[in-house]
Amino acid sequence: MDLPLLLGILPQVLLDGLILGFMYALIALGYTMVYGVLEFINFAHSEIFIVGAFVGVELLLGLKSAGLLDALPWPLVLVLVLVAGMAASGVLAVTVERVAYRPLRHAPRLIPLISAIGISFFLQDAIRLFESLWRNAFNLVYPTMDVLNVRFELTQTVDVSVKSLVVIVAALAMLGVLHLLVNRTKVGTAIRAVAEDQAAASLMGINVNRIISLTFLIGGAMGGAAGVLFGVQYGLINPYTGFIPGLKAFTAAVLGGIGNIPGAMLGGLVLGLLEALAASYLSLLTGGAFGAEYKDIFAFSVLIVILIFRPKGLLGEVIRGRA
Amino acid sequence: MLRIDDLHVYYGEIHALKGVGLEVCRGEIVALLGNNGAGKTTTLKTISGLLSPRRGHITLEERSLAGVAAHDVVLRGVAHVPEGRRIFNRLTVRENLTMGAYLRTDDGIEPDLERVFTLFPRLKERIGQVAGTLSGGEQQMLAIGRALMASPRLLLLDEPSMGLAPVLVEQIFATIREINQQGTTILLVEQNAAMALEIAHRGYVLETGVIALTGSAAELGENADVRRAYLGE
Ligand SMILES: Nc1ncnc2c1ncn2[C@@H]1O[C@H](COP(=O)(O)OP(=O)(O)OP(=O)(O)O)[C@@H](O)[C@H]1O
Ligand SMILES: [Mg+2]
Repeated sequence: MDLPLLLGILPQVLLDGLILGFMYALIALGYTMVYGVLEFINFAHSEIFIVGAFVGVELLLGLKSAGLLDALPWPLVLVLVLVAGMAASGVLAVTVERVAYRPLRHAPRLIPLISAIGISFFLQDAIRLFESLWRNAFNLVYPTMDVLNVRFELTQTVDVSVKSLVVIVAALAMLGVLHLLVNRTKVGTAIRAVAEDQAAASLMGINVNRIISLTFLIGGAMGGAAGVLFGVQYGLINPYTGFIPGLKAFTAAVLGGIGNIPGAMLGGLVLGLLEALAASYLSLLTGGAFGAEYKDIFAFSVLIVILIFRPKGLLGEVIRGRA
Repeated sequence: MLRIDDLHVYYGEIHALKGVGLEVCRGEIVALLGNNGAGKTTTLKTISGLLSPRRGHITLEERSLAGVAAHDVVLRGVAHVPEGRRIFNRLTVRENLTMGAYLRTDDGIEPDLERVFTLFPRLKERIGQVAGTLSGGEQQMLAIGRALMASPRLLLLDEPSMGLAPVLVEQIFATIREINQQGTTILLVEQNAAMALEIAHRGYVLETGVIALTGSAAELGENADVRRAYLGE
């Protein structure tokens, strides 16, 4: 085995893992924040994520056909697309909660879960129907912007593209803003108060339903941002693309400790890194017996082991029963 | 100030309050006594909007509280310290107190914070601590302090002495009296009837969902039934 080679590619692998990890972290926040306030898994979140990606691609294609894609400064274009994706996914998440979950708030736990799965299928096929009518295709490719593909050589073996930097910077900025919002503002404190005890929170004058909507708005917006970044980074999307990243982000949320916001960030990063390491090293280390396609098996095996030893997740605490 | 008439509250099929009526006048401490399951907590929860009555009226300062959601009752000047304290364990002491003043934007918040710290100097020492790590007594202080941050005209207290050592109980009751003397009207639910009657002006005895007795604190303290049932004689 060629040790220098293995070590030589490590920085690149870590970088790729980080990018993937940030993406998972952004999506995982939506699962974990909603679980935090409602103890409910929003299975439609993967579609809320992919709707962000579709709104992004539509806006970019629209700008392109209007000849504005290259005329406008590229950072402005990216900000526009991100904001549009976040707004659309955020509003969609709030709407879904309002029509499909809130009426079932006091029903047995399984019922809203089934409703969420129904919404998930509904959104997949709604996107497919819309795009089929509108563009005659539902596999869409993000239009390329040349600057985004410029690569910087950091060392001989490590290089990084502008779009990767965009993903990292945007994800870090959003995670930072979310952290401040949740931990340093009054409304963020109210979100944490509602997560802990809804009745006590309402005695403080906190409108619990409004805080729940806000949670869906923030979680949805983060998912939408992740959708746009996913499109920018990987290019090809279709209505069913959300499923696998959604599932992995959900796993990341569980890994970090479901309901725990820093946990979702950490879980996302850990999962992304594991996956990237497995994709690059499995085949090298096993002499080709296990190829890169086993990366998920590897990553999930590690997760299972972690969860066996830390069932509440990396940062999770004892899950309390609701009074 | 607060007037309750013919209040009926159900949990599903369970008829928990069967026509409760009581009145609290401005400036009073009124004790609501009764055994386990009598309906004391249910009464307070119905006042603060956590439960809705099937029948009856609650009037606060001449205005009906019918259909007012819990988060709006606070705006009407009522703060509720719930049974079991229900502080936010994962929030710091300061954050808990901030939540108490959630709807306020006036500039009385800082002075009220100072007032809470004067009543409970312990809380000031623990200001940055996560509330779940406080001792039971400190948690009760925080629960009361948090409610005071709403600057309520009526304070509902549900068993503030529960689970506290006798010295602390004395202390908490002295503070409750002090809060009352500073101008807050208080409806006090207690199992510790002796202590409650010591600081209260008047009292009601609740038995399985109906008011069985009422009178001044002195009268109730003298009453043979009360002495037998609640004062352990
Ligand atoms: N969530 C609930 N569901 C069903 N029944 C309830 C519920 N809460 C209270 N009850 C019933 O309503 C009645 C009154 O209960 P409540 O909690 O008001 O009593 P309490 O006087 O506060 O008693 P304690 O001194 O033990 O706190 C009891 O019979 C109780 O079993
Ligand atoms: Mg009670």
